[in-house]
Amino acid sequence: MTELSRQTSASRPVEVIRPRTWWEKHGRTSIVILSRLALLIALVVCWQLVSGPLIDPLFISKPTAIWHRLTQWADSGVLWTNSWITIKEILLGYVIGAAAGVVFGFVIAAQRLVYRVLDPFIMSLYSIPKVALAPLFIVWLGIGIEMKIVLAAVTVFFLVFLNTAAGVREVDPGLIDAARLMRARRRDMILKIILPASMSGVFTGLRVAIPYALIGAVIGELVASNRGLGYLINNGAATFDTAGVFAALIVLTFIAAVLNGLVNLLDRYANKWRPTAD
Amino acid sequence: MTNAVLEVSGLAKHFRKDDREIVALSDFSLTVEAGTFVTILGRSGCGKSTLLNLLSGLTRPTQGRITYRGEPVTGPRLELGYLTQSDTLMPWRDVRRNVEMPLELRGVGRDERRARAEQMVAAVGLAGFERHYPRELSGGMRRRASLARMMCTEPETLLLDEPFGALDAQLRSEMQSELLRLWTGSGRTVLFVTHDIEEAALLGDRVVVLGRLGRHVLDLPIELPRPRELDELRTDPTFVELCRQLAAALKDATE
Repeated sequence: MTELSRQTSASRPVEVIRPRTWWEKHGRTSIVILSRLALLIALVVCWQLVSGPLIDPLFISKPTAIWHRLTQWADSGVLWTNSWITIKEILLGYVIGAAAGVVFGFVIAAQRLVYRVLDPFIMSLYSIPKVALAPLFIVWLGIGIEMKIVLAAVTVFFLVFLNTAAGVREVDPGLIDAARLMRARRRDMILKIILPASMSGVFTGLRVAIPYALIGAVIGELVASNRGLGYLINNGAATFDTAGVFAALIVLTFIAAVLNGLVNLLDRYANKWRPTAD
Repeated sequence: MTNAVLEVSGLAKHFRKDDREIVALSDFSLTVEAGTFVTILGRSGCGKSTLLNLLSGLTRPTQGRITYRGEPVTGPRLELGYLTQSDTLMPWRDVRRNVEMPLELRGVGRDERRARAEQMVAAVGLAGFERHYPRELSGGMRRRASLARMMCTEPETLLLDEPFGALDAQLRSEMQSELLRLWTGSGRTVLFVTHDIEEAALLGDRVVVLGRLGRHVLDLPIELPRPRELDELRTDPTFVELCRQLAAALKDATE
């Protein structure tokens, strides 16, 4: 045992405590954040200066006009009701599509024969531009919120489904053998081996699908609607209200950024056993 | 009849590849006595891993039969611990949760399995690393963790497939002493596969040299007194002679 402890202490990584200075800890991040801010401000200032003297504000509007439109919408409530509709479509579409994608991904990928049979059908459905389905959904569901939810859900479904299925099919067979040696029951095999082992595939799917939920919902609104941010964009363009178009776009960008942030958090938690990229 | 744990007769394994079958093992027979340490020595590709996969019950033989204490082997058995050549720790579980996994799957309660896992982790010299994930460990530490996982259910027979093949010479010799320490007096049966002549002679009560397709080339009892130390044995004339015999047999096997 003495032999053993001597040698383990030798194989233990040597650690030395060396506190970092404030600059070493946060310097690079601060530079990045400050540069981003500076870039943003420069772009907005350029936009403001160029609009009018160089380019007709009818085409590119100007930041002050957009800000004015945003505050005006915020005061009248137009901003909140329409944003809320779009957010609801995105969230419901995402949740429904993702849940169906994960469940079908697991069930179908686990049965190799079924997967091989269905593969070409799934791929051809996946390849259809989802906007082409919009008219069909209008016939089925009308131009209300349901049609946007379904359009977003369908878009999300395929991405989550395909990535989940890939994750399940790429589980290291060595891990399955290890579990068989432990005489794992079928239920444990699925819950304790296949599920966690395919998590990275599932998360890739959930991650890449987020912007597509937004795309699906907004395309649905652009095709036919009387509410939502897509409607505000359409309406603004139709009345040559460029400031209104940009204002709606800015709100959409903001929503997308928040959604991406949420997924990053989730991702970090679920994959804490992976080494960090740096 | 002697006290045989594993009995193998007429074992063959073919792998299908398109319209052909690749023969990995043919007409292999072996009897392993309870409580002995048997090393199987062979060049790469002689069917050593195929043999262990069959003995562990992971794969089914094309022909022949395997019995464990008289019962035919039809699938993995809990009395058999198998340390595969590749690492199969679950990357999303830390060391302690990996080691306690076999107990968890058997329904052992949390406190008991945690206590046993911690004991086993300490026994292989990984105390202090319970909360580390496999990727944060060196190759040698991952081997130790795998060993701990296998040992924590106290299997009575161990199948080890080149367990120390990927380790540096120093670490390998430490792990060998550690394995002998865990085995001595435990009454366990060990089947240890290796391609290293010295390792085979150092560890085994008996060395079986395999040729192509698992043909027995030599079955040599090693009657060196235990405990054995590689550093001392290296200059021991009996050990040197045994190694020479084994080397000659290995050479024969390939010609």
